Amino acid sequence: MQRHLISAADLTRDDAVLILDTAEEMARVADRPIKKLPTLRGRTIVNLFFEDSTRTRISFEAAEKRLSADVINFTAKGSSVSKGESLKDTAQTLEAMGVDAVVIRHGASGAPYRLATSGWIDAAVINAGDGTHQHPTQALLDAFTMRRRLVGRDAGLGQDLSGRRITIVGDVLHSRVARSNVDLLHTLGAEVTLVAPPTLVPVGVETWPCEVSYDLDSTLAKSDAVMMLRVQRERMNAAFFPTEREYSRRYGLDGDRMARMPEHAIVMHPGPMVRGMEITAEVADSDRCTVVEQVANGVSIRMAVLYLLLGGNEPAVAHARTPEEK
Amino acid sequence: MSKILIRGAKVLGGEPQDVLIDGEIIAQVGAGLSDEDALVVEADGKVLLPGLVDLHTHLREPGREDSETVLTGTRAAASGGYTAVFAMANTFPVADTAGVVEQVYRLGQEHGYCDVQPIGAVTVGLEGKKLAELGAMHESAAGVTVFSDDGKCVDDAVMMRRALEYVKAFGGVVAQHAQEPRLTEGAQMNEGVVSAELGLGGWPAVAEESIIARDVLLAEHVGSRVHICHLSTAGSVEIVRWAKSRGIDVTAEVTPHHLLLTDELVRTYNPVYKVNPPLRTERDVLALREALADGTIDIVATDHAPHPHEDKDCEWGAAAMGMVGLETALSVVQETMVTTGLLDWAGVADRMSFKPAKIGRAAGHGRPVSAGEPANLTLVDTAYRGSVDPAGFASRSRNTPYEGRELPGRVTHTWLRGKATLVDGKLT
Ligand SMILES: [Zn+2]
Repeated sequence: MQRHLISAADLTRDDAVLILDTAEEMARVADRPIKKLPTLRGRTIVNLFFEDSTRTRISFEAAEKRLSADVINFTAKGSSVSKGESLKDTAQTLEAMGVDAVVIRHGASGAPYRLATSGWIDAAVINAGDGTHQHPTQALLDAFTMRRRLVGRDAGLGQDLSGRRITIVGDVLHSRVARSNVDLLHTLGAEVTLVAPPTLVPVGVETWPCEVSYDLDSTLAKSDAVMMLRVQRERMNAAFFPTEREYSRRYGLDGDRMARMPEHAIVMHPGPMVRGMEITAEVADSDRCTVVEQVANGVSIRMAVLYLLLGGNEPAVAHARTPEEK
Repeated sequence: MSKILIRGAKVLGGEPQDVLIDGEIIAQVGAGLSDEDALVVEADGKVLLPGLVDLHTHLREPGREDSETVLTGTRAAASGGYTAVFAMANTFPVADTAGVVEQVYRLGQEHGYCDVQPIGAVTVGLEGKKLAELGAMHESAAGVTVFSDDGKCVDDAVMMRRALEYVKAFGGVVAQHAQEPRLTEGAQMNEGVVSAELGLGGWPAVAEESIIARDVLLAEHVGSRVHICHLSTAGSVEIVRWAKSRGIDVTAEVTPHHLLLTDELVRTYNPVYKVNPPLRTERDVLALREALADGTIDIVATDHAPHPHEDKDCEWGAAAMGMVGLETALSVVQETMVTTGLLDWAGVADRMSFKPAKIGRAAGHGRPVSAGEPANLTLVDTAYRGSVDPAGFASRSRNTPYEGRELPGRVTHTWLRGKATLVDGKLT
């Protein structure tokens, strides 16, 4: 494993499988009465959020606390940090405080990379979403969810997603989730198809390790998982598509479309869902929809990532179990 | 002592000759010259060029003296072999009145490192709404002939048409920063394979090309001349080539960095590579070199854009756009054009001195190296190779993309009207 987690593209197949396997161990902790491991006791982790994301921050915070780390939440939203130098200033303040890891969420693509490589800070850097670039722990939790559902919980250990066909639908252009998933799923052996109106596909996508289609219906029957991306309503005003209704008709997932998916196929969404636009309530509430699992899996994945990045090289849970379960 | 004898210099890269400067003028060029009163400079086979002329420099004064001043900028220019620079209008206040351009012009004259020819804004405050007093700036002591809203595009077609027409009265030229504003909203880098991967807002080539296409057609329609600033794409080259073949009076410039660097460098997210127009692809770079060699692109201009450290030592999205270039331009041109065999030194003199002076009507600059001409000269040690060390820059800012990079060539001497501004690589 590298020292930082900036991009899903940085992970080898073995790294990724190790994280997924470690997350399975972490998931078992959640089933126990005391959901806590002493693993990162004495370590300080800062959640540095320049952009609002309660869901992601809480997920990381839960993961950090379950590993017994000391947690500092730093929310740097607002006009006082609109100047670029604040990232550097903030980083150096954290460095002075002896922080071991920084979980950073930033509106600017590349900010975590810059933080990790500019020499401003010595701590491990974990990208919790940067601009329209990457959100690697989201991709990992998605892959974890797919492996559990499509390969199996125990049967999945050590396995990747070879041969699975994943369709990602929606605003690919502005989606760090899509970018991260394409990279990671390809590394894990899956075949990815992106489906979107041409206005929401980036120029240059042809070099990505995936297929691109403008037609959702033709891809459904051969998908093991369909991941719906959030489409922000303001995209409509910027003429990415004519109307919300037209978008829903062509790219929304409703019951009829879900019925055309294979029996075992699942529906995923990184949340928060806009019901009625990209996904109907009927689909969102069906048991094929994994949104709630994805949230739970997010904590396990983030525990695994933090544990592995902060130097864990023995099995995390086995190592910790002895004193606690005596 | 007002006489200088430069001995054994390859004038424009030709056979070694001696050049005798007397006062402000080149007195003699020939073999075996001697003059007992003259200070002798042994050129030793270095290349002697006419003093370089930069049609696109940001000196930042007035308003951003923390980045650069007329003094530090012209010292940087002299270090790079320049004897004249055209100072862009996007200062604070904007150079849109006779008063501001005269101030900039006078500072250049007072400091004496390099002639400063101010560029006037096309529109008041660069806002694209109302023509600036182009005539008054032309008639001022600064004698402005080049007008540009550089940094911003004159995107209103009617405004551009009027400006092109209006400057005909006094032989002016409008230098266009070709950037369709709607197509480049939120743009952070070249739109393509790399931007798709990095998730940075794309600056598509067509945003440049569509404006150039429009403007050459406007220039044709009103019979005026237009100059294209920092042309950066292969498609732009095609349009300019077509326009020239049609007889349209268009000239174009390319920056050194667009001749050498590509958008692959943005993968580092290091804002030192953030520039407008953005670094493009390898294919564009090769097309630009070809076009500069065949004359489709007329000149090299630096777009020297100094920024203080704190405006670059941050995340990509927040960083300022631009690179310094005066002190490395000739080396980059040697690397990309001379070493590759695309241009000889006479060609370099043409693209970096004769033509820019002609486009900007800079009297006394871009003249042949021959008797009776103003002694604006640059001596270049073309055999030198060394890595770029920004610590040694005369510019107040250090935002160079070449730090630590090995580049050929070094300017050792610069003379402005017979007065040395740079001797043995040191400013006077
Ligand atoms: Zn400029």
